[in-house]
Amino acid sequence: MEFMKYTFDVEKDDFVRAGEASSNIKRTLRELGIDSAIVRRIAIATYEAEMNIVIHSVGGQVELEIDPNSIKVTARDRGPGIPNIELAMQEGYSTASEKVREMGFGAGMGLPNMKKCTDRFTVESVYGEGTTITMEILLKAGD
Amino acid sequence: MKLRDICEKLNLKVAAGGNGLENDITGVYICDLLSWVMSHAQKGDAWITVMTHSNVIAVASLLELGCIIVPEGIEIDEDTIVKADEENIPVLSCSLSAYQLATAFNEMGIGK
Repeated sequence: MEFMKYTFDVEKDDFVRAGEASSNIKRTLRELGIDSAIVRRIAIATYEAEMNIVIHSVGGQVELEIDPNSIKVTARDRGPGIPNIELAMQEGYSTASEKVREMGFGAGMGLPNMKKCTDRFTVESVYGEGTTITMEILLKAGD
Repeated sequence: MKLRDICEKLNLKVAAGGNGLENDITGVYICDLLSWVMSHAQKGDAWITVMTHSNVIAVASLLELGCIIVPEGIEIDEDTIVKADEENIPVLSCSLSAYQLATAFNEMGIGK
């Protein structure tokens, strides 16, 4: 498998198209014959990251990078950024609006779910600038 | 069990995604918090939820769930129906409550 990279735009508040980036990423991985348990982990983590961009940011992108050793998903937004990452990482903590909670989002499980589903997980955020979440699943021979 | 047979037994109305009636239903999951569903529901599950906005289709499609069942006659958003047809996710509606559906599935031996 050679190095491959795909980028998908994610718009703020677009709940109709929300999930399309994750869907495209999942389809790409399945077409490459990646193990279905790994595809599920990536799909869950990517969906959470994508929904975070839709719900909390002014918009951004999700990027998929595949090489023989790993699958990496980077979710990058253009702001506003997370004031307190430690708090945001706590299961159950959420800053989602009432409207969004009524839709079944905002359970405060997004970031913890992403961390659980991936082998490497980092959040970098500068308040006023934006957030970058990097998630990686390592591949073994046969995956 | 085939979804088509479940629909007949429980008198479920097909609101969208009729192409998926041959799906094999292997479990049941009931929850309305999408992140919770995302991390706990399994491929082939019938997902019972009162959420009817179009993002439920994204969740069901990503997890390859067998169908979505909307209980208690709750109205389903038009764009959810359109998206369900696009993604081939069966969406069924009925007058039963989530609890009544769960007991009916249990009697059929699904989700044990």
